[in-house]
Amino acid sequence: MVFAMRASLFITCYNDTLYPETGRAVVRLLERLGVELDFKAKQTCCGQMHANTGFRGEAFSQAKRLVRLYQDAETVVVPSSSCVAMMRDQYPGLIEEMGNEELRKQFAELIPRVYELSEFLIDLLGVEDVGAYFPHRVTYHASCHGVRALHLGDRPYRLLAKVRGLDQAPLANVDRCCGFGGTFSVKNAEVSSAMLAVKLQDVMATGAEYCTALDNSCLMHLGGAMHRQYAGMKTIHMAQILASTETEPAEAFA
Amino acid sequence: MSHAATDRPELDPRLAAPFPQAAAQTLRNPQLRKNVAHAIDVIQAKRGRLVAEKTDWQDLRAAGSAIRAHVLENLGFYLEQFEERCTAAGGQVHWAADADEARRIILDLLRQENASEVIKIKTMTSAEIQLNPFLEANGVKAYETDLAEIILQLGEGEPSHIVVPALHVNRSQVREIFARRMGLENLSDDPKALTNAARTYLRQKFLTIPTAISGANFLIAETGAVSVVESEGNGRMCLTLPRAMITLAGIEKVLPRYQDLEVMLQVLARSATGERMNPYTSLWTGVTPGDGPQRFHVVLLDNGRSKILAKPKERQTLKCIRCAACMNTCPVYRQTGGHAYGSVYPGPIGAILTPQLMEMHHAQTLPFASSLCGACYEVCPVKINIPEVLLDLRAAVVNQERKQGVRFFDPMYLGLRIANLLFSRAWIFHAAQFFGRIGAKLVTRKDGWIHSLPSVGSKWTQTRDLRGLPSQTFHEWWAARGSEPGKEAK
Repeated sequence: MVFAMRASLFITCYNDTLYPETGRAVVRLLERLGVELDFKAKQTCCGQMHANTGFRGEAFSQAKRLVRLYQDAETVVVPSSSCVAMMRDQYPGLIEEMGNEELRKQFAELIPRVYELSEFLIDLLGVEDVGAYFPHRVTYHASCHGVRALHLGDRPYRLLAKVRGLDQAPLANVDRCCGFGGTFSVKNAEVSSAMLAVKLQDVMATGAEYCTALDNSCLMHLGGAMHRQYAGMKTIHMAQILASTETEPAEAFA
Repeated sequence: MSHAATDRPELDPRLAAPFPQAAAQTLRNPQLRKNVAHAIDVIQAKRGRLVAEKTDWQDLRAAGSAIRAHVLENLGFYLEQFEERCTAAGGQVHWAADADEARRIILDLLRQENASEVIKIKTMTSAEIQLNPFLEANGVKAYETDLAEIILQLGEGEPSHIVVPALHVNRSQVREIFARRMGLENLSDDPKALTNAARTYLRQKFLTIPTAISGANFLIAETGAVSVVESEGNGRMCLTLPRAMITLAGIEKVLPRYQDLEVMLQVLARSATGERMNPYTSLWTGVTPGDGPQRFHVVLLDNGRSKILAKPKERQTLKCIRCAACMNTCPVYRQTGGHAYGSVYPGPIGAILTPQLMEMHHAQTLPFASSLCGACYEVCPVKINIPEVLLDLRAAVVNQERKQGVRFFDPMYLGLRIANLLFSRAWIFHAAQFFGRIGAKLVTRKDGWIHSLPSVGSKWTQTRDLRGLPSQTFHEWWAARGSEPGKEAK
């Protein structure tokens, strides 16, 4: 095979452990588009959980680890907006405070080469039609980090619009948080659940079969409630929709 | 609905319940949640329309932010300038280091006026220092004149919002309070009838009580002027009829120039109430013989503010102009309402302001009362990066607790320390995934999902399931697939 581009996949800790099908879909999708993918076996976590819970020292050591690990990567692609937001918004402060000059330089060189999946497809590869087929009614949940940290804008909608057979269902109050918020979901479980209940009303009102997003964390939250409630909807990461074709449909959830 | 004193929410952060506990209670109040969501939706829709019509909104935000940041960088200079100019115009400036001193200064001033009663324009700063109960205990009855504050005062309630303090009360509840406290048995819940009842009640206060207390939206250093913006005209009455006026203002409220109001009034009205201009914008400078109050005092309150000012990242908290746009857009506030925050300053700004005003001794849960969705930062007219400050305060709380070792065996702390170890080396992480998979089998049902988890995990499974761990992680799949790209693994 001839590859137009090389990229290193940062799968993220929770996708590796809980949602490997998302990673498999990213691999299938990007290789289909002619990207030579590399996967660094030493990767673990970006440090977001620690940073957001006030464990800055730990967050920094994970940040340092990640920056050094990806130093030689041409491009890094990440199928999780919140982890990219962590790197862009929180790494500078952590590294400024605890890092040395060398790490600052390494980070400054790395960060422009880190792309969230939809950014990678649209901004770097310049594709909107990825040749996908997914004959279902789908609503897109715009995660807070995707909307307000990465400013993904209409990128996800443009990608979904080109998927054959896909019927996009608009979601009311699309920029309202689902209530996950990492450890917020257990530290403030009652408030988080109330936010989830309200979000789910909007999501279910779309009449979609699938709710998709570029963050499996929100989908874990929404999907967990859908499963609890025997709701007639499932969650699916957008990578799986984009990887899906007539001959190789999206991997179904367990 | 009863408004008995025992139902009164606790807004003293030293005494209030931690946020999660207080929120769990308000979440169970459907009337409150409906009132809050409805009121917020109305304000938000108006704000959205009026912000959208300003093509230069982002420029205005940038200007507002720059003005406020400049003030904070030079606060000492502008405060002294304000004192000098205000004094020259016939006002008298008093400095209060803390709530106690501010209360005593105000009481002394009221005693000089021989006042046993005082009328008030809505001021959250006076609620911050718990002025009304203090005055009452010292023989001075304070009468609120803002409609929402009257509702709360007569109904023995507490503010749940900084711009619309009675946002959680609907009009049938207002009718009940007015009917009971004003002796108007046949009062209807028509807004006009309610307003008329309040007007009759207020008119008598305005005409008989010659002493007033106000807050300040802005202090103008250049001219020594004070500005108050309001919607009902009660402020205008308080600023013209009384013989003496006492203004209580946080030291951060100062603006350099009169001209800065151009920016600040535009962003404030649109952000706060979704209006192009406030119905009443009052500006007064010292004392004008024969016109308005003849004795004028400004009490400048520190009460923890200069300590916030000293911290470079947290300093931005003091840029706040109290528009409440952050709480109106906050998905947490929308569910819980304001009382759960246990402070007169609720919502996202309250979650960062309250713990800092309390010098981090209290309100340890407030910095965690956010999903970090970022909506507050997006709407803030002076660009306070609330999520950034929340994170910093979280780190401060955690550092303090770790130093004291108070939560060493707390499951969350334990979990995060273990997680840090796992993430430090890939082989440890992979081993943990392996053993985690075996452990998870114990709690995974036949449908492949986890319906119930122990310890901290039970907080998740109280309302959501969790899919069981897949039999193969991604990195295992990748390794099994071999190094040759394009080759699928089994």
